[in-house]
Amino acid sequence: MLQIDCPWCGRRDEDEFNCGGQSHIQRPGLDCSDAEWGDYLFARINPKGVSLERWRHTHGCRQWFNLARDTVSHRILAVYGMTDPVPALPEARS
Amino acid sequence: MVTPLPVTRTHSALQLLKHAIGGHRNWPQYWRSPEPKAAYDVVIIGGGGHGLATAYYLASKHGIRNVALLEKGWLGGGNTGRNTTIVRSNYFYPQSTDLYDHSLRLYEGLSHELNINLMLSQMGILTLANSRHDVEMLQRWSNAIQVQGIACEWLEPEQVQAEVPALDVFGMRYPVKGAFMQRRGGTARHDAVAWGYARGASQLGVDIIQNCEVTGFDISDNRVRAVHTSRGTIRTDKVGIAVAGHSTVLAEKAGFTLPLSSMTLQAYVSEPVKPALDRVINSPMVHAYISQSDRGEMVMGAGADAYYSYGQRGNLPTLEDGVRSILEMFPRFSRLKMMRQWGGVVDISPDTSPIIGKTPVTGMYLNCGWGTGGFKAIPAGGDLLAATIANDKPHPLAEPFCLDRFRTGRLVDEGAAAGVSH
Ligand SMILES: Cc1cc2nc3c(=O)[nH]c(=O)nc-3n(C[C@H](O)[C@H](O)[C@H](O)COP(=O)(O)OP(=O)(O)OC[C@H]3O[C@@H](n4cnc5c(N)ncnc54)[C@H](O)[C@@H]3O)c2cc1C
Ligand SMILES: [Zn+2]
Repeated sequence: MLQIDCPWCGRRDEDEFNCGGQSHIQRPGLDCSDAEWGDYLFARINPKGVSLERWRHTHGCRQWFNLARDTVSHRILAVYGMTDPVPALPEARS
Repeated sequence: MVTPLPVTRTHSALQLLKHAIGGHRNWPQYWRSPEPKAAYDVVIIGGGGHGLATAYYLASKHGIRNVALLEKGWLGGGNTGRNTTIVRSNYFYPQSTDLYDHSLRLYEGLSHELNINLMLSQMGILTLANSRHDVEMLQRWSNAIQVQGIACEWLEPEQVQAEVPALDVFGMRYPVKGAFMQRRGGTARHDAVAWGYARGASQLGVDIIQNCEVTGFDISDNRVRAVHTSRGTIRTDKVGIAVAGHSTVLAEKAGFTLPLSSMTLQAYVSEPVKPALDRVINSPMVHAYISQSDRGEMVMGAGADAYYSYGQRGNLPTLEDGVRSILEMFPRFSRLKMMRQWGGVVDISPDTSPIIGKTPVTGMYLNCGWGTGGFKAIPAGGDLLAATIANDKPHPLAEPFCLDRFRTGRLVDEGAAAGVSH
């Protein structure tokens, strides 16, 4: 069971949240190629290690925010705002 | 030019008798474990069912026997040895039905072909409708399958009760409104599938090398030349990758991306009890599925955990959800003790259909994206990948499942059609 620090509500159990997938994906311009559009829709980093991902406090304040989380240990390394840049992260893979 | 190999033997009544008298202590090794050679015609990465079946069919159907199969741990230690062993071919789209029924038909002859008892038990699988809307969707689904030539039946609630006396058909919060049943669906023994293919491949000359992790590739002029492993570099110009949840990790080393997400899927079993359930039961809406193993354990599972993970262990909220759903359907199982729980790293694709075929790197082929439901597909996955490697051209049944569909938009969207997809 993860406990996640919602930036607005504080520490809550993981089942109040939903993971919305990889963060920081930029939509390409409408003049992009099919390949670029396909990558935008479907290609994912799927990292083994630090994952930068969007989460929503669905059963709470319903706000979106970003998490940096290790996909092996599940340890949460940082919580930061939707439009914030990626913060400096401590060494992952404990 | 293949000389018979000394180590492995097939089963016969005489063998069984001999070893029974000997206390089953001196069974020979099932497959050879040679040191890796410097070069092979084909290297298969991943000793799960799909990799092993690929190696076997390369040797048995295509005469390609100078093959190495590299597994970083032990054979079947990935999802193949962690799954709930349900086999069926009741998917929605014709491309899928063709693929999965090819697989089920191969399974039906496989115990004989591999001379090992896979304990294929075609007890029938019921997919439950728990609302009027479910009834419409499932009738559409079962009609579609029948049009595609796969036998399945619609059952009214009374008929469901007759098939599954233990199920709380009328009492549960979302009472059963009907079900569709594929009688050829059921379960098989996962270890035996891995071991049977391994032995078959080994007998035909394939080198099966465990504790050998692939760490990278030599690629020049966009062509694979060698694989780097924890046991040295192996030259080859054909590589088949069948590593399930670790596919993106290897694709990254080869310089391309994949549309996959690695998630945890859990399963859990109860203490063994006397026979109480002789069908596989799956409810997409209450969201859980269950069968009883030959040992008497109730084998259960539900959806994947809620976030990306390579941790190979499940978390508690998802486990509780699954168990709660099972008890909703089977209140009488409430006092069963749970014995074990585990998780596997499953490779989920955007349309929950597999990816089989060529990659952007010449000589490198892929079999992945089976996600939560690839045990049933092992014979087909191996057969199609072997044919694709041997002919350097996608097998016709594999064509719809090419990687390119995520560029062209020709998805095979079973995610929308197949519910709990085991
Ligand atoms: C809990 C659970 C229940 C399931 N239930 C069902 C079910 O009822 N029915 C069904 O049809 N499917 C089910 N599935 C899905 C099914 O188990 C998988 O789709 C299938 O086993 C995949 O087989 P595979 O050979 O592709 O992968 P795996 O069996 O996972 O094999 C991949 C192998 O690759 C190895 N590997 C990874 N990286 C490397 C490397 N770098 N070098 C060398 N080797 C490497 C791994 O160690 C592993 O042994 C379930 C899965 C889980 C986890
Ligand atoms: Zn909140």
